Amino acid sequence: MAVTLVKERWQSRVGEVVLGATPAEGGTRSHTITVGGDGTLPFLHFEGAVANRPVVALEVNDVEPDWSPRLKEYYAGVINDPAAWAKKCVEEYGADLIYLKLTGANPEGANRTPAECAQTVKDVLAAVSVPLIVAGCEDAEKDNEVMAAVAEAAAGENLLIGLAEQENYKSITAAAMVHKHSVIARSPLDINICKQLNILINEMGLPLNKIVIDPMIGGLGFGLEYAYSIMERARLGSLVNDKMLAMPMICTPGYEANRAKEANAGIEDFPGWGDLHDRGTMWEALTATSLVQTGASILLMRNPEALKLVKQNIDELMVSNA
Amino acid sequence: MALTGLDIYKQLPKKNCGECGVPTCLAFAMALAAGKAALSSCPYVSDAAKEMLDSASAPPIKKIAFGAGVELGDETVMFRHEKTFYHPTTVMIRVSDNLSSAEIAARVAEVNELEFERVGLRYGVEGIAVTNDSGDAGKFAAAVSAASGALAENKSLVLLTEDAAALKGALEPVAGRKPLVGSATTANYEAMVEVAKAAGVPLIVKAAGLDALAELADKVVAAGYKELVLDPVTSETSKALADLTQLRRLAIKKKFRSFGYPVVAFTNKENPLEEIVQANVYMAKYASMIVLNASKKEHLLPLLTFRLNLYTDPQKPIQVEPKLHAVGDVTPNSPVYVTTNFSLTYYTVQGEIEASKIPSYILAVDTDGTSVLTAYAAGKFEPEKVADLMEKFEVAAKVNHKKVVIPGYVAVISGKLKEKSGWDVVVGPREASGIMSFAKANFGS
Repeated sequence: MAVTLVKERWQSRVGEVVLGATPAEGGTRSHTITVGGDGTLPFLHFEGAVANRPVVALEVNDVEPDWSPRLKEYYAGVINDPAAWAKKCVEEYGADLIYLKLTGANPEGANRTPAECAQTVKDVLAAVSVPLIVAGCEDAEKDNEVMAAVAEAAAGENLLIGLAEQENYKSITAAAMVHKHSVIARSPLDINICKQLNILINEMGLPLNKIVIDPMIGGLGFGLEYAYSIMERARLGSLVNDKMLAMPMICTPGYEANRAKEANAGIEDFPGWGDLHDRGTMWEALTATSLVQTGASILLMRNPEALKLVKQNIDELMVSNA
Repeated sequence: MALTGLDIYKQLPKKNCGECGVPTCLAFAMALAAGKAALSSCPYVSDAAKEMLDSASAPPIKKIAFGAGVELGDETVMFRHEKTFYHPTTVMIRVSDNLSSAEIAARVAEVNELEFERVGLRYGVEGIAVTNDSGDAGKFAAAVSAASGALAENKSLVLLTEDAAALKGALEPVAGRKPLVGSATTANYEAMVEVAKAAGVPLIVKAAGLDALAELADKVVAAGYKELVLDPVTSETSKALADLTQLRRLAIKKKFRSFGYPVVAFTNKENPLEEIVQANVYMAKYASMIVLNASKKEHLLPLLTFRLNLYTDPQKPIQVEPKLHAVGDVTPNSPVYVTTNFSLTYYTVQGEIEASKIPSYILAVDTDGTSVLTAYAAGKFEPEKVADLMEKFEVAAKVNHKKVVIPGYVAVISGKLKEKSGWDVVVGPREASGIMSFAKANFGS
């Protein structure tokens, strides 16, 4: 007996966004990375196009970050040198791209100047040939200055820069438009704000194929399910032709998973939770792979062992099941 | 799809005899549609109508129960935001009958310990699946008996062999545990159905490929057994995702009866980390039960935590107890923070306070599990309520100061709260991420 499979006919697809620019396109990257473009739910090859594989970035900071010793071990020797750190992520750990966080700009921390931050971006661009994602220090005022300087210094590179938020999107959007970059539009686990922000950014004149959505997530065990459902709804929205939800999605499993006690507390404190090493790795890996199942296109990670597992999972899911 | 009262009425005899206890057939139809009456109370309904109404009112995926309270299936949606997922994926740890009895005892003891406590909840794996890898009936029976003997009472048992005689021998002594058994294949299904039916235990029906699986499920039903779990023989991750998705879609969207049963998935990875990642896919996409090799706490806790997230009812946020919680080794000098009892909010705040390394109290206000802003907008974060709660939990007796920190988003209640409680009200950061620097600036030594 032949079973008649259920295949949905989706009206539309997720938009595509290109990251990076080669010399021919005005940048210096050895290749570009295209994300989005799917015409079905994640990895249902039998039903529609699974156009581009989700990609994984490793996070690099411009100052030594406040990470757990367990996580910092992976970057021993390079943690104070963003260029060397980025190189290690790409060459040794297999990151598809680099997520450079300019934490050092924070006025309450190292308070680096916009010019210093721009120089760090240039150093990292020189050290690796993959496309770059650059985010500020999450001090809105300072970030506006810093990202403007970064955008200018890396003009033409088509960086993915963040963060544009509902209360603060104009300056970064303008910088992206003038210097030919793409932006991360972040909304706080709210599908309506997400759409509204995309409309506002788009109204300023930045094309939709230059916007990536950060829906914000909770880590495994800490509200992951909210992001999980919002992202499933966003993917369904893009497939039924909701253009203002149809951007590729970027998520921060590295940050969220490693905030959890479960990724940091040793077995001596929590004997019932098992050994920390694998537990920490799996906390980040499952935060990421769960979101890959909802339609995440770019995963910003920290733990290279988790990254390896996630990449392998994506490889397996990219095998056609048509 | 649920039938309306009128759909049902069309199938009734329309005699208005009242023997069912309701005066008219129309009223009876309405009661049936509302789930307030049973079709069996109509003495005149035709067999054809009965079958039609029975199958229309049956759930799209049958609920299968076994062991110590395990329930599989009975799901109604493809996405949790459409309503909710009901029966969390059962996780079973594989125990091979190639192991010695001492090894079996050790492995089962390990499984008994796979219970976790975090964020005020307790959760664990459901039990073990003993597999007849040896191919030997005697070894299988011995292994099942040893495993069952060592298995905790609150855990459940699955027996896996394709040899009906071996199953019969192994099942008899442990039938009291109501195990799930398998696997019925095209070659053995008649004998397997006989064994499962005699013992009254549910049966796994196994065939590679959806066409073969549907055909076999129909044969098993024709042989008179409907307590089934489907095994589509998952191997490669991507193909398994497609099969599991189709099984769920056909059952729910098409009411395809051959697939109206829960589904079991098996992992095929040696490395436990890779295995857990693969299981994560199967859990997200529709497996009712997963059989795993991994048995270490550090590998199971992340997977079971994902299960907890996935099966949380989107309409009923998880809440913490509304009371005064202590974080760290509190002293009379410890700061007092106020937040909501929405678990996501509460545990985010708690995590930041822990990270600040300043032992503190958190007063969780009962906001019906809503976040700070939502609660305030709904009138559930009123100064009177906070003041009452401070009194109820005797905050004044716990600390030697009179300073309470409220979330930045409800700064507007600070005046009224000061008036009602007589405490100094400090407006804290809006987001939990600001707590660390706030705590260091205000309470650091």
